[in-house]
Amino acid sequence: MAADRSDSAGAPGGAPARPRLPGGSLAPRGSATGQLAKIAVLGLAAAIALWAVFPLYAARQWTGVAAVVAVTALIFYVYLSKRAVPAKYLVPGTLFLIAFQIIPVLYTISTSMTNYSDGHRGTKEQAIDQIEASSVERTPDSTPYTLTVAARGSSSEGELVFLLTDPDGDAYAGDTDGLQPLTGASVDPSGKVADAPGYTVVPPSEANARSEEITEFAVPTGSGTGIRSSGFSSAFEGRSRLAYDAGCDCVTDAESGRVYTADDERGAFVAEDGDRLPQGWQVDVGMANFARFVGDPETRSSFLSILTWNVAFAAGTTAMVFVLGLGVALTLHTREPLAGRTAYRLLVVLPYAMPSFAMFLLWKSMFNADFGLVNRLLGLDLDWFGHPWSARAAVLIVNIWLGFPYMFLVATGALQSIPRELVQAARIDGAGAWQALRRVTLPLLMVSMAPILVATFAFNFNNFNAVWLTTEGGPFPTDSPLAGATDLLITYTYRLAFGVSGAQYGYAAALSVFIFLIVTVMSVVSLRRSASLEEIHR
Amino acid sequence: MTATAAPQRASTRRRSAPRRAVLWFQRTGWRHLVMLVFLVFALFPILFVVSAALNPLGTLSSSTLIPRAAGLQNFAELLESTRFGRWYGNTLLLALTNAAATVLLSAMAAYVFSRFRFRGRRLGLYGLLVIQMFPQFLAIVAIYLMFSTVSDYWPVLGFNTPWGLMLVYLGGALSINTWLMKGFFDTIPPALDESAKVDGATHAQAFFRIMLPLVTPVLAVVALLVFIATVNEFLLASVFLRDPEAKTVAVGLYGMVADQRDANFGLFSAGTLLLAIPVLAVFWFLQRYIAEGLTSGAVKG
Repeated sequence: MAADRSDSAGAPGGAPARPRLPGGSLAPRGSATGQLAKIAVLGLAAAIALWAVFPLYAARQWTGVAAVVAVTALIFYVYLSKRAVPAKYLVPGTLFLIAFQIIPVLYTISTSMTNYSDGHRGTKEQAIDQIEASSVERTPDSTPYTLTVAARGSSSEGELVFLLTDPDGDAYAGDTDGLQPLTGASVDPSGKVADAPGYTVVPPSEANARSEEITEFAVPTGSGTGIRSSGFSSAFEGRSRLAYDAGCDCVTDAESGRVYTADDERGAFVAEDGDRLPQGWQVDVGMANFARFVGDPETRSSFLSILTWNVAFAAGTTAMVFVLGLGVALTLHTREPLAGRTAYRLLVVLPYAMPSFAMFLLWKSMFNADFGLVNRLLGLDLDWFGHPWSARAAVLIVNIWLGFPYMFLVATGALQSIPRELVQAARIDGAGAWQALRRVTLPLLMVSMAPILVATFAFNFNNFNAVWLTTEGGPFPTDSPLAGATDLLITYTYRLAFGVSGAQYGYAAALSVFIFLIVTVMSVVSLRRSASLEEIHR
Repeated sequence: MTATAAPQRASTRRRSAPRRAVLWFQRTGWRHLVMLVFLVFALFPILFVVSAALNPLGTLSSSTLIPRAAGLQNFAELLESTRFGRWYGNTLLLALTNAAATVLLSAMAAYVFSRFRFRGRRLGLYGLLVIQMFPQFLAIVAIYLMFSTVSDYWPVLGFNTPWGLMLVYLGGALSINTWLMKGFFDTIPPALDESAKVDGATHAQAFFRIMLPLVTPVLAVVALLVFIATVNEFLLASVFLRDPEAKTVAVGLYGMVADQRDANFGLFSAGTLLLAIPVLAVFWFLQRYIAEGLTSGAVKG
């Protein structure tokens, strides 16, 4: 590396370019190594494409096959053509960006206009299948099956699958989509499946833990019929009590005679008295999710208080971190010999170099009311995370502790890049130390630090770990268990989407989009003001 | 240490002792005082982790700032009773690979944004700035569904593997880091790579042989930032890696203290210290570039 540097970088900079030899422009360009590397990379791309396309082809997923072929063709075109030089450098990163950022973001935006949530996950057909299958009851002519409970992936977390053996000994795999023949499974004489490719058999101990899920699980097998379990080792096929009739687009309860009519705006079957079946389907609700945090007074007030604290948290962190970081940088920034300067630098930076997720958990322990270090050291008996303001103070302290060393590093670099003559000239002209700092050093410093301050603000605006790993958003007021005193929009959203009280993805997605808009507008406006974006126009 | 300089000066200038002390304080003494305060704030939590990791009892309630007894029991137990070794390996694999790949992808993009003028350049630069404002993990439902399908077709890239998670991380390779790098690339005089091209170098040679060695500081900084961020990434990892063998240290340690904070505190502290070693090593190794890499790109406004 070092040798390369002096060879290639030194010569063109030091000496004026040598006159080219006649015919130089006709000489072959590029080295053999370069050509070989290109061939190797393209070969690798082709190999990966082949590997990726095979399972898609086997599953007759033509859209997937087309996508793989298109991407591979694009890669070959870009790297074999002589034109489109920028694309050669942009394509790899951009492909990842599109696949794992832009597509998920677009998906989130489209989800934000639906009612996607627990009970509204799939299509109407799936909901009907589920309604019919889950109301299956045993009839005199029910077919009995031997049941083996299995899962896709991990046996404790993965999606449930019923491996079923009928009285003739044929094995099937049943999931919420229906029944499929099971191939390659080893079935023991009792009919239990010992092992099946692609599935993990759930051992009895874990089946116990998931018993509720197993009891509710139903495999639809046709119109009005389905398979349900009875215990962990047998299942039966029976008729459903609830049956769908396409004529009236409604579900009728055969026992009580109640009729649930499909409501295509809310995505649920609703009875006349307003009672609805738990299994619904996903429908577009337009802007209703966005209207919720503007229109619904309860949501609006908790939303506004979270937004206020969120801005205060990000701004407070950025300001304090900047002041402390700059303070340390200025303290160490002197031409006088300062004993131990290097040691100071290394020690102050230590918090930044520690794994931050662990430091959040550590501070959480230190703020522990019963045996936390902070209370012991200060002789206090304060339940830090029990009161809104002390919890907020604690979160800010933790975040400042983690953030100021980084700002110190940046400020040191920025200070060193400011010519000392400027400050000296100001001092000679009669400015005091404070005036020189305020009028000369700081304005110059802000030029280089403004983008970093904006980035710090944007990062802390969405600093999930800082809140989730310390207070988890708490303490919560007794009347609203969803919006805590230290909640940021992002932790609030996370709780809505993945919380215990039923997932509300649609609403959470709408909040995500909203957060995105806020942060983008704030960042672009402040970056514009700091004129850092100017250079992209050159 | 500072006292050694003062007497020499005093012997030549003949000032009274109190006057000398005041002078010393005005000049450098206050700096030591301020630094002392900052150091106490910066270091006492770290001292506490060290002390708790050495505490043989291993509980939070028995841990003190200054260790009363010291032993390596926590470290031994951590390595024996948990899969810490595997978690550690997973974390290092993810962090190193992600840092290396991100630096390469980001530098390539920064190079063209800095040196070429093409259609879509402005859109691309603004787009990068805007897209990274979207909190990636809020798209987690979409990513989860996407990888449920991926797990079916290509189990190697699915859940409970480092490679699937790596792909998601690489989705963020082009980001604010690309801006940081572009700023630094802009400070390298274009004459350098242009004259190389006049001499017959291809754009690839100009990039790999001339530009990359000149922008080492910013490459180091981005590598460091990405490494630290990946080690600390908790949320996506906790969704992707459920299998005890596949976890990273962040997910594993969180699981350890999530329910049994008091009892496992010694183990947790020991794990934290072990994880801090590679982070510190990377940090020490690259820190001389940091100040330069972070600011020089931006200074020329």
